[in-house]
Amino acid sequence: MSDFWSGYVAVIVLINIVANAWLLAAMRKGQSDSLSEGEELGHDFDGITELNNPLPRWWLWVFAASIAASVVYLALYPGFGNFRGLLGWSSVNQWEAEVRKAEAIYGPIFAAYAEKPIPALLGDKRAVAMGGRLFANNCSPCHGSDARGGPGFPNLTDNDWLYGGTPEIIETTIINGRAGTMPPMGPTVGGEEGIAQAANYVLSLSGRPHDASLAAKGEDLFKKICFACHGLDGKGNPAIGSANLTDNTWLHGGTLEIISETIRHGRSSRMPPHKDLVSPEKVHLLALYVYSLSRVE
Amino acid sequence: MGESAEATTQYNLRVVRQFTIMTVVWGVVGMLVGVIIAAQLAWPQLNFDLPWISYGRLRPLHTNAVIFAFGGCALMGTSFYVVQRTCQARLFSDALASFVFWGWQLIIVSAAITLPLGFTTSKEYAELEWPIDIAIAVVWITYAVVYFGTIARRRTPHIYVANWFYGAFIIAVALLHVVNNLEVPAGPLKSYSIYAGAIDAMVQWWYGHNAVGFFLTAGFLGMMYYFVPKQSGRPVYSYRLSIVHFWALIAVYMWAGPHHLHYTALPDWAQTLGAVFSVILFAPSWGGMINGMMTLSGAWQKLRSDPVLRFMVVALSFYGMSTFEGPMMAIKTVNALSHYTDWTIGHVHSGALGWVAMMTIGALYSLIPRLYGLRQMHSPRLVMLHFWFASLGVVFYVASMWIAGVMQGLMWRAVNEDGTLTYTFVQSLEATWPYYVGRLIGGLLFFTGMLTMAYNVYRTIRGSRTTSAQAAGTA
Repeated sequence: MSDFWSGYVAVIVLINIVANAWLLAAMRKGQSDSLSEGEELGHDFDGITELNNPLPRWWLWVFAASIAASVVYLALYPGFGNFRGLLGWSSVNQWEAEVRKAEAIYGPIFAAYAEKPIPALLGDKRAVAMGGRLFANNCSPCHGSDARGGPGFPNLTDNDWLYGGTPEIIETTIINGRAGTMPPMGPTVGGEEGIAQAANYVLSLSGRPHDASLAAKGEDLFKKICFACHGLDGKGNPAIGSANLTDNTWLHGGTLEIISETIRHGRSSRMPPHKDLVSPEKVHLLALYVYSLSRVE
Repeated sequence: MGESAEATTQYNLRVVRQFTIMTVVWGVVGMLVGVIIAAQLAWPQLNFDLPWISYGRLRPLHTNAVIFAFGGCALMGTSFYVVQRTCQARLFSDALASFVFWGWQLIIVSAAITLPLGFTTSKEYAELEWPIDIAIAVVWITYAVVYFGTIARRRTPHIYVANWFYGAFIIAVALLHVVNNLEVPAGPLKSYSIYAGAIDAMVQWWYGHNAVGFFLTAGFLGMMYYFVPKQSGRPVYSYRLSIVHFWALIAVYMWAGPHHLHYTALPDWAQTLGAVFSVILFAPSWGGMINGMMTLSGAWQKLRSDPVLRFMVVALSFYGMSTFEGPMMAIKTVNALSHYTDWTIGHVHSGALGWVAMMTIGALYSLIPRLYGLRQMHSPRLVMLHFWFASLGVVFYVASMWIAGVMQGLMWRAVNEDGTLTYTFVQSLEATWPYYVGRLIGGLLFFTGMLTMAYNVYRTIRGSRTTSAQAAGTA
C-alpha cells in the first residue's frame, strides 16, 4: 500500500474509533440539565413518546471495553495502515510456522518409510493405512473413496494400467501427472459411416456384441489409422498411455454410443501433477497404497 | 370522525396496502423456494436433472425473493406508513409512490424469470444482470425522493428515530447497490464486474455485509422503533440510547465486510480491521435490542394475550442472539472453525427468520387491521398458531445448522496421528445429512406458519370489504 493510502486508512480508522468513544462519552450524561432522568422528552410522534433514560451502565462499559480492545488489537496486529503491529504477526508467517511445526512432528513418521522399496512395504499395515489416508485426502475426489474411479477417472483396483503399474511408474504418474489425449478422429475415419465401422470393430476386439459386417470394414480403418497408437493388435501402448481395447475395461464407457463418441470427438484426460502438493515421502506411501489395491486377493 | 376515516383523507394508505399484501405473497413464494432447496440438499434427486429448477439456480432465487421481495416490500410499505404517521404529512408524491410499487414488483418478477434461466452475475445477493440493476437504481432513487420528500414536508419539529433508521437504510442501500454493481455489459443479459480479484471480493463483501447491516438490520430497526412502542402502548425507553446506537451502528457496520474473507488473499490489514470493527459492532447492535426490550418492559402482561407482541419479543431476542453470534464468528480463531460450514447458514437464518421475518410478521399483524379500519385480524387464534409454527420452525432450523456447522468444522480439522485428515469431505457430508432433514422440517414449519398468515390476511381484507359494503348499504 502506498504511503497515501496507508495514511488514508489510518486516519479514517482513527476517526471512527475516536468518534465512537466521543459519542459514548457525550451521551453518558443527559443533554439538558432541565430534564431529569426517566422523564418524557416532550416529543410526540403519532402517539409515541420518548423517555430520557440513561444508557444502561453495563452496556456502556461493554461498549467502552470493545473500543479499548480495538486499540490494543490494532497496536498488536496489522490493521492501522502499513503499521505491521508490535507482534510482527502476518497470516503468511502464521502459516509458515504451522507448516514447520507439522513437519517437525509428522515429517519423521513419513521419512521412516522413504528409503524402503514399495514391494517390501506391502506387508506393513501401518504404512499402507497411512497411504490410504493420504489417498482419501488427496485422490478420492477424482478416483472415489474406494479408488474404483468413474467415467473418465481410472479404476485403480483392477490391475489394468494405462501407463504401467510398477511402483516406479505409479510414483511418476503421481508426481508429474498425466495428459491422456485421444485426438478427434471423426473426419479422419470418414465421418459417421467410418465411425460406426471403427466402433463396431473396437467392440469386436473385446468380444462384445457387434455388427460383424461393419466390424469387418472397421478392421481396415483400424489397421490404417488407429493402429498408430493402439497397435495392430489393439492392445495399446503404455509408453504413450493409449488404451488396451481388447481387455473389456473401459475408461469412458464401452457401449457403441460412447465408443462412437470417443472416436468422433476424441478424449482429453488430465491427471494433475502433485509434486507441489504432496511431499516425495508422502508420494512414496501413496504409490504404495495404489500399488497395494490391485494386489488384494 | 374515526381514525381510519381521517387517515384515508390525510395519508396515502393505498400504496402501503399494496406493499403489505405483496409482502405476504412474496413471503410465501420466497419461503416455498427455500423449502424446495432445503429438500434438494437432503435429496439431490429433487433437482430432476432440470437446469431451471436445480439448486444452483433456485438458491439465488430464494435469497432474492426473501430479502428483496419479502423484506423489500415490508420495508417499503412500513416506511411509507411510518413516515406519514410520524411526520403528519402525506407522501411527497402519490404518482412516484405508485411508480416505486409497480417498479419494484416488475424487478421482482424479472428476477424470478432470469435467475432460473441462468442469467447471473454470480455475485452473491447481487446476482441480477445489468438491465435489472439499472432498474433497481432508478426505482430506489425514486423511493428515496418520495421518502425524504415526505420528511421535508413534516409537520413535527423533530424527526422520529424510526425515520433515522429507514433513512440510513435507503441511502446506504443506494450506495451499496450502485458501487457493487458497476459492470461492463457484454450482451443484453451478460456483464463483467469492473473489479478484479481480491478487490472484487472486498467490494462484494462490503456490499454483502452491509446488505445485512442496512437492509436487514437498520431498516427493520426502523420498523421496530415504530411498531413496538405502538403495539405495546409504551414510550421508547431511552432517547439517548437510540442516538448512540444509531450513529455507532451506521458508522461501524461499514467496516465489517472483510470478516467474510478471513484467511483469504485479502491483505492482513483489511482482515484485521474487519474483525476489530465487527467486535465493536456488538454493543451498538445490542443498543437496539435493549431499547426495544425496555420499551416492552412495562407491558409484559400483554404478552399473555397479544400474539403480535410475542412476535416482536421473539424478534428482538433473535436480533440480540444473532448480533452476539456475528461478532463472535468474526473473530479469526472462531472463524477458522465456522467458515464455510453450515454454522454460517444457521447464523444467517437466526437473523433472517428469527429477527427479520418475525419483526415483519408482527408489524404486519399490527398494521393490517389499521389499514383496513378494523380492530383486529380476522382470527387472533390463527395469529397465535402462526406464532408457534414460526417459533418452532426457527428453533429447528437454527439448532440443526448450529450442530451441523460445528460438527463439520471439527470434522474438517480433525487429524490422525500422522497428520493426515481423519475424514474426507464426503464423510462430513454424510454426517450432516440428518441435520439437513432437521433444517427442512424447521423450514416447513415456518412456511406453514406463513400460509396461515396468508389465509388470515385474505379473510381480514375480505371481511373489511363486506363490513364497509354493509355500512354503505345502511347509510
